[in-house]
Order: sequence, then structure tokens, then C-alpha cells
Amino acid sequence: MQASAQLTPTHADSAAYKLGITYPDVPLAEKQRLFDEVKADERFHDYLYGCYECGICVAACPSARYYDFSPRRIAQAAAREDIELIYQQMQEDIWDCSQCFSCLRCPRGNNPGGIITVMREVAVNNGLESAKQALRGYTRIIYKIMSTGTQVSPDMLQADAFPDWGPSVARVSEKLDLWRRALPPETHHTTTTGWQISTKTLVELYLIWHKTGALNMISELDASLHSLLEEVMEDLLDEQGYELD
Amino acid sequence: MTIPVEKVAGPRRKNKADFQWSEEHAPEDFHERLFELEEKGELVVQRVDTEHIEVPVKYGRTKKVPIGHTWHHKSCGQCGHIPGYSTSIFWVNRKLGIEYEDPSDQTSCTAWNYYASATSNAAAQAAVAVRNFATAYETGRFPIIHCGTSFGHYKEVRHELLAHDHLREEVRRVMDALGKPLVLPEEMVHYSEWFYAMRHEIAKHQVRDFSNIAVTVHPACHYYKLVEGDAIYDPEVYGGQRTAIVSEVAQALGAEVRDYSTWFDCCGFGFRHILVSRDFTRSFVTQRKIKRMKEEADPDVTLTHDTGCVTALDKSQFAAKAQDPDFATIPVMSEAQFAALAMGAHPYLVCQLHWHAADYKPLLEKMGIDHEKAWAEFEEATARLERGEQKYLTWEDADV
Ligand code: SF4
Ligand code: SF4
Repeated sequence: MQASAQLTPTHADSAAYKLGITYPDVPLAEKQRLFDEVKADERFHDYLYGCYECGICVAACPSARYYDFSPRRIAQAAAREDIELIYQQMQEDIWDCSQCFSCLRCPRGNNPGGIITVMREVAVNNGLESAKQALRGYTRIIYKIMSTGTQVSPDMLQADAFPDWGPSVARVSEKLDLWRRALPPETHHTTTTGWQISTKTLVELYLIWHKTGALNMISELDASLHSLLEEVMEDLLDEQGYELD
Repeated sequence: MTIPVEKVAGPRRKNKADFQWSEEHAPEDFHERLFELEEKGELVVQRVDTEHIEVPVKYGRTKKVPIGHTWHHKSCGQCGHIPGYSTSIFWVNRKLGIEYEDPSDQTSCTAWNYYASATSNAAAQAAVAVRNFATAYETGRFPIIHCGTSFGHYKEVRHELLAHDHLREEVRRVMDALGKPLVLPEEMVHYSEWFYAMRHEIAKHQVRDFSNIAVTVHPACHYYKLVEGDAIYDPEVYGGQRTAIVSEVAQALGAEVRDYSTWFDCCGFGFRHILVSRDFTRSFVTQRKIKRMKEEADPDVTLTHDTGCVTALDKSQFAAKAQDPDFATIPVMSEAQFAALAMGAHPYLVCQLHWHAADYKPLLEKMGIDHEKAWAEFEEATARLERGEQKYLTWEDADV
């Protein structure tokens, strides 16, 4: 991506502002290229049918209540193909969305949350500053999902990670091994994954990440995470006698 | 059991009591395309071919919910952080004498990498879903999906797979490499639909009286918003104008379901927000959900049916209480735990309430449960593990 030296300020209420994101302005052609990628995604046409600008989606949207964020603006910008605004939204707005899909109340049949999903994927694929910033501190989750096929694990419950959740977290983490062994379902005695996952399952999962290009998606975002995952996957696949083409 | 539509016709709301779904506005029934592709040999449809119950879904359609012979697609958030959730689902099955499989050959839907970080793509998400479906199919058991997000996400994946030839092609190529067929189930079934279908059977086994218990219900966005239709709407519950999920189970157990004005609002979980922007989640939970419920309905407990919702609603209350001692908390649990308690489940050995944050003890007292005695029993059982007399507690140990 070609970047000019100018850094764009962000709106004071957006997640981008809170994350301290400044991002490079880029030539119009680059903004067009990014939007073309969004538009080329076949889900996009399922998600947008024009916009009445009625604001019903905004009334239903949790993120609109607490951020300077609006699913109406997302749908409108996409419908008008306002590539300047879409670029700004990809850098400032899209990570505010809660992905709850309450905006599917739209009388026009739009899915602003779905448009945002696609915009996020394009932001990640192109290593946009907003994606890097928003996913900072999130690396462990991506690693966990891709390496174990599950995301939320019992050992994530650490008092210093969730001080606002109160003393129950500290109690659980202190007794974690014992309390996991006290669970009647045999698959639940694990601490590093939600349940016991077989090696065969992991092999199949790693083949999926490789063959669908999902593993490559994160190379732009985080090169070291990418190579770590690649190594973990190749080790297991090798051990199990799989050769990657 | 009926919840009349007037229950949602608050002072400013005028709902039509005789609401009818219009065929004209209904989206196409996905089954037509599913069976068409099955006939062409493009995919395998796993049929509901064992004993099942037909339940009413949106647009006046029905869905088949298998009773037994099920393959439980677990939720990582439930198993990981709310283990009494999955334990209660299994315990209720066992109490009703229904056999099921709790597989280790199962991944989660991995949709956190879709809704939270967007570090996956349509083909990968579809392949993960189909791998799980094909694995269930190989066992001959029908998948029951525990997580609301997995359920909604799989409905979306199904939509994509049915709509796009090249996506099916790509997923088939991946499945070929895994030596598995491209399988989609005839119905996508969420565990809460099984609880709805089995509510009368569950009520027959009820040993604790819940007639003095008032509940509010939070329906999970990803259960009924993410893909239109294919969620339970019962004409007897709110005139079919809202999903009947959870509410009808609570009713069948004799509890009083109370309405509140932000029923439709999400829980504020937000995926990335619950991890890295929790100020948003906390504000939303306390201001839009808990305070509203408390002021308008004053329930003894709030029930929901999804991983993220239990987590966000339960854990976010502590900080509000710490900041304002007058902040009135509400215990949070799944209807599976609620139903298990109704059937006599142990609050700690089965429902694992010690993993929850908001104070649930007044609720247990109202249910007639001696929580101090129950905790002593839990401690006695775990002491056996500490003394090395047993490595794990078993289902038999859970029924003291
Ligand atoms: S999906 Fe995003 S845009 Fe839509 S209502 Fe939820 S938070 Fe708002
Ligand atoms: S996206 Fe839909 S609900 Fe939102 S403003 Fe446009 S037409 Fe209205």
C-alpha cells in the first residue's frame, strides 16, 4: 500500500480514537482498490439492497449507543460507493461493531453488520492500521483458535486479566485443576482447552487452515504469529505423516 | 402453556393479538434447495430419522428436533468458563434416560476468528462446520449445537453453501482431502430447542416447586437475528410475535416470566469487546439490561441460552456493584441449569454455580435449596480428589 506522510486524525468517540490509531491517508486509487475488494465478496450483494436512511438499524444497534458509530452510515456509504468515507470507516468505525446483527431489523433487507464483517476481512487481509491496532492483545486468541480449534479455555480465567469480574475469577483460577477434575463429563477435565480434543481432529483442522488459505490471511497482520502457527501445524502434520502441497 | 400477547403490549405498545405470518414475505425455505442438491448428488443430507418432536418456527413452519441419538456440538465458552452449562445439558439427558454422545472429535465453530477478528474466510468457516457435521454423520448421531453463535453461524454457512456453487466446490475439495463427505444436517438444532421440545417431559420430572420464582429472559441475538427464520416462534407465546425460546421452558416449569422494555437489546458481549473493550460491555449490560430488568420486572433470576450472553450478563455486574453499593444484581444462568435445578440437580456438583459471579444464593434459598449444605457436599467430594482417593468425580458422584 502506498502511503502519504499525512496522518489522519480520528473522531473523539470512536474506538479508533481510544486505541490511539492514526493512519496514513492513501491515494484515491488505493481506496477504490480496497472497496473493490469489499464489493467483490459475494456476501456483499446479499447484505446490501440500498438504504432508506430510516435509522431503524441505529435504534437497534448496541454500539451506536456508546460510540460515535452508526450502521446507517455504513449502509449508506456502501450504497453510495463513497470510497473516501468507506476508507475512513475501515480505519475508524468497523471495530466498534458488536457483530450482534440486531441491525437485521432493516426493512430494506440490509445487513450492516455483515457488510462490516466483510470490511474487517479486507482490513485484515490488507494489514490496515485499524486491524493491527484493534487486534493488538488479541494474538493469543487467534493462536488458540487456530492451534486448538477452540477459543475460550479455562486457564484464561486469571484474576489480573479480568479484575472487573470480581473474586469469582480468582477463586476459579486458584482451584482450576481440582474444579476441572470435579466435572462429571469426561471430556471436561482439561484446563488449556474447553474440552478434550483428539489429535485426529487437530490434523483435520490444520489441513483446513492450510487448504483454504486461512493461515495465510494472518501473514499481513502479524508475521511472527503466522510463522509460529505454521511451525506448530507443520510439526503435527509431519508427525502424523501428512505432506502439504 | 400460554403467554398472552398482551404481556408485551405495554403502555406504549400496541401489538396485534391475531398476528399471522405472511407467506408472501417469508424467505424461501432452505429445505427446497438442500434436497435439490442432495438429489443431484452434490451433498449428503443427514436426516432426522429417529424419534423426534416437531416444533413451530418462524413463518408458521416447523422443525424436527431429535429426542435422542444426538451428537453434542459443545461450546468452548460454556465448557471453558461456565462448565455447569454443558454439564446440566448432559445431566438432564441422563435423568430422562436419553443416550447421547459427547465427542472429543469436535472443534468449535471457530467463529471468534470471524466475528471478532475477521482472520478467517468463508471457505475455512464452511469447511470447519462441514467437518463437524460429517463427523457426527459418521457416528449416525444427529448434531445438537450448544452455542448460540455456532448455531447462527452454521445457519449462515448453510446459506452460503446452498447459494454458491464454487464455495461447495472448494469445501468439497477440502473434504475430499480429509476423506469425508460434504454433509449438511436436515435441521440445524440448538440445544435450547431440544429443551423447548422436551419441556413437558422435563416438567414431569420436576421435584422443586418454582411457582414463586420470577424470571426475565434474554434471547440470544445469534439464535434468532443472524439468519431469519428457523428459530422457535410459538403462537401460544407472545402471540408468536417474539421467539418463544427459553420463556416457554420457564413457564412449563411453573416460573413466572416477566417482561421488560429492552428485551430485544443484545447483551453487549461484542466478541472483541468482552476481551479488549469491556467498558462497553459493562455499560451495556448494566444500563440497558440489568437495571432495566430490575426496575421493570424485579426478577429472581435472568435466563438465557447462549455462552456469550451468560458470560456478559453475569460477569459485568461486579464492577457496577463495586462502584455503587446500591446497584441491585440479578443472578444469571442458562435455562438448562434452571431446568436441571427444577429436576433436583445439585447446585454445585451439577450446575457448577460457583463458577458464576452475580450472587445466586438468595435464588437458591427461594428455591428451597440449602446452599451451605450443598457447598459442604461439594467440598467433601473434591477433598476425595485432593486425597487421591479418586482422580475425577463421576456422574454417580454428582447425584448425592
Ligand atoms: S451487528 Fe454491528 S452494526 Fe449491526 S446492530 Fe450489531 S453492533 Fe450494530
Ligand atoms: S440500513 Fe436499513 S435500517 Fe439502516 S437506515 Fe438503511 S434502510 Fe434503514
